[in-house]
Amino acid sequence: MSSNPQTSSDQTPIISVRNLVNRFGQQVVHDGVNLDVMPGEVLGIVGGSGSGKSVLLRTMLGLQRPWSGQVLIEGRDITQMSGAELLSVKRRYGVTFQHGALFSSLSVAENIQLPIREYFDASPAALEALTELRLRMVGLPVDAGAKLPSQLSGGMVKRAALARALALDPALLFLDEPTAGLDPISAAGFDELVTYLHRSLKLTIVMITHDLDTLLATCSRVAVLVDRKIVVDTLDGIMKNPHPWIQEYFHGPRSRAAQVSANGASASEVAR
Amino acid sequence: MTCPAARGRGQGVGLQPHLLILRASCVTVTDPVLFKSERTGDDSTLRLCGAWCIDNLPEMETTLAQLEQRGRYTRLDFSDIQTMDLSGAWLLRNWLERSRAGGRMAVVGKRPSHFAFLDELLEQKGGKTPPQQSADSSLRDAVVWVGRGAVQQAKQSRDAIGFFGRITMTWLRAMRSAHHLRLPSIARHIYETGIQAIPIVSLIAFLISVIVAYLGAQQLRQFGAEIFTVDLVAISVLREMGVLLTSIIVAGRSGSAFAAEIGVMRLNDEIDALESMGVDIYEVLVVPRLIGLLIALPLLTIVADAMGLAGGALLSSLLLDISLSQFIPRVQDALAPTTFWAGLVKAPVFAMLIALVGTYRGMQVRDSSRELGRLTTVAVVQSIFLVIFADAIFAIVFVELDF
Repeated sequence: MSSNPQTSSDQTPIISVRNLVNRFGQQVVHDGVNLDVMPGEVLGIVGGSGSGKSVLLRTMLGLQRPWSGQVLIEGRDITQMSGAELLSVKRRYGVTFQHGALFSSLSVAENIQLPIREYFDASPAALEALTELRLRMVGLPVDAGAKLPSQLSGGMVKRAALARALALDPALLFLDEPTAGLDPISAAGFDELVTYLHRSLKLTIVMITHDLDTLLATCSRVAVLVDRKIVVDTLDGIMKNPHPWIQEYFHGPRSRAAQVSANGASASEVAR
Repeated sequence: MTCPAARGRGQGVGLQPHLLILRASCVTVTDPVLFKSERTGDDSTLRLCGAWCIDNLPEMETTLAQLEQRGRYTRLDFSDIQTMDLSGAWLLRNWLERSRAGGRMAVVGKRPSHFAFLDELLEQKGGKTPPQQSADSSLRDAVVWVGRGAVQQAKQSRDAIGFFGRITMTWLRAMRSAHHLRLPSIARHIYETGIQAIPIVSLIAFLISVIVAYLGAQQLRQFGAEIFTVDLVAISVLREMGVLLTSIIVAGRSGSAFAAEIGVMRLNDEIDALESMGVDIYEVLVVPRLIGLLIALPLLTIVADAMGLAGGALLSSLLLDISLSQFIPRVQDALAPTTFWAGLVKAPVFAMLIALVGTYRGMQVRDSSRELGRLTTVAVVQSIFLVIFADAIFAIVFVELDF
């Protein structure tokens, strides 16, 4: 009774953004953005500074109401949801923020336990066990749990933030610039971790990133925010997109190194 | 036998997990029964079922606790489990590890797919958790506690002395040149701590003197000495109330602001940025606040004195039929030449205490937002305490000096 995973075309998207318009005063950030996030994919969102990546993420998370348009999670509009419904949706996704956003007055373990305590009545033993699991999942030593966020290195902060995002076993993970500010080796380690978790847990991951290496290493599809719109395609497809910003992004001087190191198909595409 | 629906669902998790995890993520699945046990002769089978996921965390815990007490099973069947997430798998796996130490169980049916992930995880990161260290002896703890406290106190005292010394040195240098004095910064602090505080200080001084006059008049009327209400208000406001209340308000307003501003700059690395540019942080952050408050607080005290007298005058004319033309000469009679100065001379001292405590606590903020809150509170409480304590000393000294 086994069948192959279905192709993405006939699956229902976990999140779909429909005709999203976001504006602050006179400034229009998004003008009719459409985006579908398919279950089980890793979607990378790129775009220049100020192109509204974070605003898009915040809108998808329901942290910010769109000017117009819809954000559907499993087919239901989050702007129309009641508080309780929204909570049950939020409970099933995990988010990491750009600077970690670990609660600075709590230890790493307490940070991870906070969402669990918030939702469930758990015994200390169970909390400890679950914390250990999360720490192991993100590759932190178990004794890192006792440390305060200020005692962690940048890479460890990102991992601890990921551990907290994984606290409630989410099916959907949002990562805002997960590798920003990390050295290339730590960043590569983080990419590996994300790919590993995605592959073994079948998580759906939406990731904002500036890091071409991360994009090439982890993402199956890429959404590019340009001119207040969004262009979504596979990695190879997007590289062939004629839009000047996209060309500059993927073929500019800073992208060369990334592509040289990227393997196989995508590198040969670039060569043409 | 397992029912076909449950089976299909269980396998579905393997096929298309993301969708099902999200759907079946068990907010709606309310099946608290997580196991069944069957006994046939010598064999006892433990049949796990239902939803082993984090939504059922309390149920999972009670189940595992029950299973622990039930004793041994010879066979274990996973096949009825509907959904399972990593948390469930982890707790179950931990329990299995523990119970296997007692007696072996034969596994029937497929092991949950998450177990493979967990096995891999444990292998990869090299084995078991280091065992927790057992509790130390209480005597040693007590000694450590006392020692740590003493060392911290010593450090704090040293820091406080160092802080005071640096301020003195910076100030001496600032006095020699206008550039080091940071006049725009001082002006800003005079505005923020002084001018912006005028409404609240006036209001409170006015109300307090009305209260004093009202209650005083009630008591003095019994002797027919209502006229002394004027003396009471004038002396109490000018000597004590004006300066003390103003200082307490300013400690609450500006002492906390000093600590919070400097503390947030610490948390944002702004202080390090200033130091790396070779800017003296005491010169730009501490001394301007200190000088600003030294100028603002005496001026605020004068405002408070005036408003206090106005409140007294108003109440006297309404309640005691003492008109303003009678009130003013009476006040002049009541006051010794030093009364006003006895109040005002305290203002700079209080200002210094408030500014020093506020900035010092701000500088102490390290690492976390909780520290910021704690030290801001400490700044306010300590500066109010010090103001009142200093006021008590002033009271004694002035009486002894007959001032």
